[in-house]
Amino acid sequence: MASSIAASRTPRARVSAALFRRPWLRAVLLLSAPGAWFVLIYLAALALLFVSALWKVDPLSGKLIHSWTLQNFEELVNEPVYRTIALRTIGIAAAATLTDVLLAVPFAFFAVRVASKRMQGVLFVAVLIPLWSSYLVRVFAWRLILAKNGILNSFLGGLGLGSVNIGYSNTAMWIVFSYIWLPFMILPVWSSLERVPDSLIEASADLGARGWRTFRTVIFPLILPGIAAGSIFTFALTLGDFITPTLVGGAGSTMIGNVVYSNVGIANNVPFAAAFAVVPLIVMGLYLLLARRLGAFEAL
Amino acid sequence: MVTGGGTTIDAPSGRPSPPEDETAPAVRLTGVRKSYGPVVAIEDLSMEVRPGEFFTMLGPSGSGKTTTLRVIAGFEPADTGRVELHGLEVTGTPPYERPVNTVFQDYALFPHMSVLDNVAYGLRVKGVGRRERAEQAAAALAMVRLPGVEGRRPAQLSGGQRQRVALARAIVNRPRVLLLDEPLGALDLKLRQEMQLELKAIQRELSERITFVYVTHDQDEALTMSDRIAVFSNGRLEQVGTPGEIYERPVNEFVAGFVGTSNVLERDGRRVMVRPEKIRLLAPGEDAPGAVRGVVREVAYLGSVTRYVVESERGEKIVVLRQNLDTSAERVLQERGREVRLEWRPEDASVLDHKQQEAEA
Repeated sequence: MASSIAASRTPRARVSAALFRRPWLRAVLLLSAPGAWFVLIYLAALALLFVSALWKVDPLSGKLIHSWTLQNFEELVNEPVYRTIALRTIGIAAAATLTDVLLAVPFAFFAVRVASKRMQGVLFVAVLIPLWSSYLVRVFAWRLILAKNGILNSFLGGLGLGSVNIGYSNTAMWIVFSYIWLPFMILPVWSSLERVPDSLIEASADLGARGWRTFRTVIFPLILPGIAAGSIFTFALTLGDFITPTLVGGAGSTMIGNVVYSNVGIANNVPFAAAFAVVPLIVMGLYLLLARRLGAFEAL
Repeated sequence: MVTGGGTTIDAPSGRPSPPEDETAPAVRLTGVRKSYGPVVAIEDLSMEVRPGEFFTMLGPSGSGKTTTLRVIAGFEPADTGRVELHGLEVTGTPPYERPVNTVFQDYALFPHMSVLDNVAYGLRVKGVGRRERAEQAAAALAMVRLPGVEGRRPAQLSGGQRQRVALARAIVNRPRVLLLDEPLGALDLKLRQEMQLELKAIQRELSERITFVYVTHDQDEALTMSDRIAVFSNGRLEQVGTPGEIYERPVNEFVAGFVGTSNVLERDGRRVMVRPEKIRLLAPGEDAPGAVRGVVREVAYLGSVTRYVVESERGEKIVVLRQNLDTSAERVLQERGREVRLEWRPEDASVLDHKQQEAEA
């Protein structure tokens, strides 16, 4: 009986029936394209990065020498200037991440728990709007704001508060990074807050806890995965950035990204650039391990 | 004094509670109104809950029973009116300062905490020491018959077990009033019936200290557990009474229809209600003064009982329930189309809207 039903079907129906009976085949078809992309483009590029970090460049001819050496890493560890640059980069990334957490949590809390539905929509768009414009334009805008004769100082001068000299400095980088990556912190925190049921907050109040205690013991642990996700963006994006230091940084504001950029472009030392680019990867790996240790993903 | 698992649960330490009026009702609502925008959830509600009783607010969804519970808990401020707990006015008091605890419909267990930390949460907030917390939490878990799960996470428990943890988390604080918002709604029928009996047993054990205020839309649940029932409809209180009063003497058609099945009939210009199980089908040839003649239109065999729908001479559809005491499925199913006589005792016919009638008289 079943064969007669199958025979009366069109080829398309037979294919779909065959797929229906073989779930593994459906999974293979679904994943083959993204899988190939992932392996070829993503993993291969990453592998090439690790491999080329172990090569070196002939100082005279400028040609790549394809032999294994740890010379690039030795240089990174032994040259104090690279250690300073690495620590500065990590420090700025940490400062921007922390600032974004402090700004994003109250903002998202207001948007999710206090604001009306209409207000929520307005705030959501407000968070996204900066992402519609070019990164470069936004950093240039901050350059105009923070410059010595910029908007900030003319505003402070107008109020009779004198002026601040933070243009082209690490402070400027901290402000700009915090601004640029803020949406990437707000969005995951926002969605993790939305997943905390009202009844948990009510239960905490019902059991005698005031607002701050409820935040510390119930809300914060539950949105920690969201904060961790946001911090991966803010931290990793800062670690790899070279545009902001170039545009708003000063003499002592070189970051890992700048060194990588100049070694690839100007010095033509790709192996050293690759070796330095491995540092943010290691830092991110350690950061994620630490976050897991601290229980950031337990509520997932 | 209530004991469980060998340890005594003592009155909560911490904040000294202000003196209470021992004779005052556990909960008193006076003229409470609550609306959400244009939607009025409860309108001019006044009621009293006696200390130590199991008080159930029963009604269909949207009738205002859960809103009333939330006003008592302090989650929703009342628009107007007064809320008192044991004689203390708490109308504007936040939830964390009210001597009540709530068992939520979705249990609201903290997913990132162990069962122990969940149950001990209220004690921790009050500043009770770690060891005492653990002892009292263990005692509360023993009381809800769920010992030995302290180290687990809520996600590792079944629905029924979570429900017990939620109950333990509330009673461990020895609240003066325990609020329960459809706590058994998510359980399957058999477990729900078991829990009804257990909950009633726990309430009896605790009734000297804790008053239970329970919300449900399930009339069987209300009849099984309650000392008194308040029937809600459209944000108003229809009737408050014991299960017997509510079932046998409903004041209006809504209460009669919502709690159990009822036949509402016109007799001598008044509307009366007779329960199906109070009506007797007379044997063929048997007659009684005032018996109603009719024809059996429907027969449904329900195992322990049979439900008949009889059309009377006046054209009324009367539902009759009969125990299958000395009959069988085969025999009752042959009774369709038979002419029958129905009889009920005058005291089983309850006059509806009698308040209104008395006012008119």
